[in-house]
Amino acid sequence: MDITVNILLTIATAATPLLIAAIGELVVERSGVLNLGVEGMMIMGAVGGFGAGYLTGSPWIGLLAAIIVGALFSLLFAVMTLSLATNQVATGLSLTLLGLGLSGMIGTSFVGQPGVRLPNLDIPVISSIPVVGKLIFGQDPVFYISIALTAAVMWFLFKTRTGLTLRSIGDSHTSAHALGIKVIRYRYLAVMFGGACAGLAGGHLSLVYTPQWVENMSAGRGWIALALVVFASWRPWRVLAGAYIFGAVWIGQLHAQAFGIPVPSQFLSSLPYLATVVVLVLISRNKRLTMMNTPASLGQPFVPDR
Amino acid sequence: MKKLLIALMTTAAALSLAATAEAADKLKACWVYTGPIGDFGYSYQHDQGRLEVEKALGDKVETAYLENVSEGPDADRAFERLAREKCKIIFGTSFGFMDAEVKVAKKFPKVMFEHATGFKTGDNLGIYNARFYEGRYVLGQIAAKESKKGLAGYIVSFPIPEVVMGINSFMLGAQSVNPDFKVKIVWVNSWFDPGKEADAAKALFDQGADIIVQHTDSTAALQVAEERKLHGFGQSSDMIKFAPNAQLTSLTDEWGPYYISRVQAALDGTWKPDNVWLGIKDGAVKLAPYTNMPDDVKAMAEATEKKIAGGWNPFTGPVSKQDGSPWLKDGEVADDGTLLGMNFYVKGIDDKLPQ
Repeated sequence: MDITVNILLTIATAATPLLIAAIGELVVERSGVLNLGVEGMMIMGAVGGFGAGYLTGSPWIGLLAAIIVGALFSLLFAVMTLSLATNQVATGLSLTLLGLGLSGMIGTSFVGQPGVRLPNLDIPVISSIPVVGKLIFGQDPVFYISIALTAAVMWFLFKTRTGLTLRSIGDSHTSAHALGIKVIRYRYLAVMFGGACAGLAGGHLSLVYTPQWVENMSAGRGWIALALVVFASWRPWRVLAGAYIFGAVWIGQLHAQAFGIPVPSQFLSSLPYLATVVVLVLISRNKRLTMMNTPASLGQPFVPDR
Repeated sequence: MKKLLIALMTTAAALSLAATAEAADKLKACWVYTGPIGDFGYSYQHDQGRLEVEKALGDKVETAYLENVSEGPDADRAFERLAREKCKIIFGTSFGFMDAEVKVAKKFPKVMFEHATGFKTGDNLGIYNARFYEGRYVLGQIAAKESKKGLAGYIVSFPIPEVVMGINSFMLGAQSVNPDFKVKIVWVNSWFDPGKEADAAKALFDQGADIIVQHTDSTAALQVAEERKLHGFGQSSDMIKFAPNAQLTSLTDEWGPYYISRVQAALDGTWKPDNVWLGIKDGAVKLAPYTNMPDDVKAMAEATEKKIAGGWNPFTGPVSKQDGSPWLKDGEVADDGTLLGMNFYVKGIDDKLPQ
């Protein structure tokens, strides 16, 4: 029983940063913008969060700093692609490269320093109830934020007028513009929300997952988050499911190895990626459904013609 | 996509080459690293060695380095660039730079080249390596003494001889204390991914291991041990700050003395291509201060360290292979060639080696 609980806890920790970054990117893409800079924003959030936490001694200030750094860094992308109408793919890629390099430079003095860790939630009595206590009431704060964030984004996109407007911009920015909607302003806010989420995911890495700073510590998680958005066909609850499936397969294969199951470890390690491919194939079988879900003006630059 | 990124990053790394003032009378010594110097692991330790050279030889040398250079064809350009920039001696620090260095060394016969962990030499290309397995034997002995369940978790990167040699040496050390000692092995297929290393450590602890060993580069696994109030060993650098109650010792690389001696030889004009495999006795492999263990375990570890420094090889028979077939006869010592190509487990390891 204990081992099951522990495995579930490990899966939750592995899935949380993926979920948060992917939910942020989902909102960005729903507004019609493709930001490939998730990895860069995440690593900037990680170094910003670690740095602020390390210098002030407070993991909460660190977490807040991670969010702010992520949002500010994404502003760079927003100015380039929205105000200057540069190519989104190229700008996003350069944002990732810039983030990886810049974070390494900023973090030079943090290497080899133990940081601060965000404490797990611990409610007296309740948290010590077997199984449920630890799983529901004993995790790190970012886990709860990630679940709340998913629910909030779901509600926002599909139950509010502003959410509807955002989706309409993603489907056709020219029509939305003709209706008098401030396309660029909406997109600015969406991109910054995505940046804040990626920053928070990075903060989770350097303040909860592995409380330390090392160059390139995001190790490709931003790319996985990007894949998750497509995998989920731009639906928040599917992002949640996807992040947890990914986490479960990854942790599962580690346990399978430790258990001594005689399957080549290289194969087990590639399982999460294989699972992504299989699901993508299954989803894209139905062309109409895919078309319906994909934001139609995704990735196209928009220049208002007054 | 990933290839493109790597290519871009290498270019970026090449551009960020530390621009140092040219001075004709100074000897320029250069390094090529495969990782970022901020990894607090393998590349970090090599760079510490470079800094020691600067400190020890002061005005007589100037140094430069390239970090994040991917192994393979891209490395050619890195070495060629350094050679053209008047580097007199160039150290390539990763196995995968081997062919690039061989090629570039032929093109620049007046430049001195050194390659770590490889096996190809040339008229102006020497090789050097460290016997990390010597330290791993000591870790094995400590693990067998300290583990209450007689079960260690071992996090590893890739099934290359260096890593397999380490696992075997660790197990021989453990078996010398507790013949029934068991190990669980998890391959994470990465040298450096703190998240994955932490997950692997959690999985191993959840399955009953109470001591963790790693052949990956980050401090993540030790931090998990610290959280769970269990023990583990550091890797490449002393990680005690990250796990003050969990680290028993750390297997650290000290390249400084070797680099100083080679650059000094280059200065004196006595440099010749060499083939050295340094160990505990040369000070290249060091064990960080023994902590969080009783005095008798500490004394045992120190005695073993001394014995190895005195010339004893952990791979001394009788040793059988995993399937029970004999490998080393009583008193027979494994030769370096076999060790450098090791692709089998010794007896007592319940795991299938990925081939």
